[in-house]
Amino acid sequence: MSGAQSTYTPKTGIGRWVDARMPLPRLMHDSFVAYPVPRNLNYAYTFGGILSIMLVVQILTGVVLAMHYAANTEIAFGSVEKIMRDVNSGWLLRYLHANGASFFFVAVYVHIFRGLYYGSYKAPRELLWILGCIIYLLMMATAFMGYVLPWGQMSFWGATVITGFFTAIPLVGEWIQQLLLGGFAVDNPTLNRFYSLHYLLPFMIAGVVVLHVWALHVTGQTNPTGIEVKSKTDTLPFTPYATVKDGFAMVLFLIVFAYFVFYIPNFLGHPDNYIEADPLKTPAHIVPEWYFLPFYAILRAVTFDIGPINSKLGGVLAMFGSIAVLFVVPWLDTSKVRSAVYRPWFKLFFWLFLVNAVFLGWLGSRPAEGIYVTLMQLGTLYYFAFFLIIMPLLGLIETPRRLPNSITEAVLDKNKGGSGSPAGATAAPEGRG
Amino acid sequence: MSATDSTEHTRRDFLYVATGMAGVVGAAAVAWPFIDQMRPDASTRALASIQVDISAVEPGMSLTVKWRGKPVFIRNRTEEEVLAARDVPLDDLKDPLARNANLTGQEPATDAARSAGEGRENWLVMIGVCTHLGCVPLGQAGDFGGWFCPCHGSHYDTAGRIRRGPAPENLYIPTFEFVSDSVVQIG
Repeated sequence: MSGAQSTYTPKTGIGRWVDARMPLPRLMHDSFVAYPVPRNLNYAYTFGGILSIMLVVQILTGVVLAMHYAANTEIAFGSVEKIMRDVNSGWLLRYLHANGASFFFVAVYVHIFRGLYYGSYKAPRELLWILGCIIYLLMMATAFMGYVLPWGQMSFWGATVITGFFTAIPLVGEWIQQLLLGGFAVDNPTLNRFYSLHYLLPFMIAGVVVLHVWALHVTGQTNPTGIEVKSKTDTLPFTPYATVKDGFAMVLFLIVFAYFVFYIPNFLGHPDNYIEADPLKTPAHIVPEWYFLPFYAILRAVTFDIGPINSKLGGVLAMFGSIAVLFVVPWLDTSKVRSAVYRPWFKLFFWLFLVNAVFLGWLGSRPAEGIYVTLMQLGTLYYFAFFLIIMPLLGLIETPRRLPNSITEAVLDKNKGGSGSPAGATAAPEGRG
Repeated sequence: MSATDSTEHTRRDFLYVATGMAGVVGAAAVAWPFIDQMRPDASTRALASIQVDISAVEPGMSLTVKWRGKPVFIRNRTEEEVLAARDVPLDDLKDPLARNANLTGQEPATDAARSAGEGRENWLVMIGVCTHLGCVPLGQAGDFGGWFCPCHGSHYDTAGRIRRGPAPENLYIPTFEFVSDSVVQIG
């Protein structure tokens, strides 16, 4: 994979002229045409491509929406309504952008869970994983600031609550909050800077995506067996095989996206955000967008003081910790076997983790009272236990299933209807690197 | 690097260090205005104080005014509310401090220290922002008959003191004074 000889041969005179001066077509050819991919990639591996398409959708719709939107508290809400009613095709562009954010997160969650299941974060792909975590963080910041722009009730109060997190930091918290808000409360300076940053961050995401893809093309892709590519028979050229598979998955994904945009465009939104922001009146029930709900549940799970840390700071630390822990996953997982396919216990705990994450999401939409608080605490406990206890310990005590000798062998075995553990295979568990 | 391998300090060494230092100091000097511009600007910072006419606020009535972008509750408490707040033992309070900007800062959160002071114990002036994450609590609601924050379920009593829920501190009391019996100045 890495260091493979380029097979690009320009066919025209112009092609040769460009190739000698700036070999961009060669880079594209080597990265997206001749690039060898493992032959056993399944549809879970198509979400990287889907994510890049969603980033393009968001940037394109965002750039044109910015031509009609006005970032001023007096007119922001009205300008969004103007986009919906007066601007030609404005309703479509705005619904594409709003639902596009949700579908961006759908895709990123599938992508992250796929990485966790198949151990894609393990050596030598730690940096690839960390770059992905950075993209995810940037996505969250971008989505949060974008949600503030329509200046509805949820925009305003969501911004108030989230910037309020920083006041939990001892001593400098209030200073930091005022630095973010540009005032003592969410107001016009806040809206202006959020707009500026909301426009900037997607391009930073695009930049980190380039690094992410670069890192991917150095180490090569993982695959459902978790075994590294060993010979040419283990791979297929990116084009047409991966291109078509990615393209087909993209079409299916976009069909579902289009259903939401055209038939239930406000299903994932919140009606309160169609009421203009009122600094003197808090909505009865503040909830973030669905993609933040699990973290919102973790924030509210801490209702008790832990030593010198009061419940407010504790909740904020738990919430930031739940994302920070992702960065060190490559070092928390001690198993030498990469893929959950060959790790019966890890597989069980993984699916429990996924169910728990969805459960936390549901709890995040519930009020913080009664039984819900206890359930949030249990969910939060498992969330952290999965990373901090199960991952390190399981790698030491779990007996993995026997691995096939190569990707090719696994594929042929599967096609024969075998069990995935070829008779007499004595492959040692795949070593790191 | 240097022309000779001697350990003597050469003019080139000096230039390296000087250039490096100028770069670091320069970068910091340039970075500061970029951070500084994000802080509240002069118009926001200008201590806007407002005067509010409270002559029409009868016992049991409240007024909410906007000050520095935040709501301020001015409540003329009923006799029962004052008595209920006075009866609370200080040990029952989650936050033992008065949080009153008109006092020195270390007073216990007695009802007198929370109210507008001698002769005006019925008046309560507080910033209407939950000390948890900044929502506006609802008045005369919650388990203690004071304020209730609908966001994350913090209950405040009739003196605006946190009694249950995630909020860590009592509702803040801003700097204010009674200019006359019917006008209060906030800020």
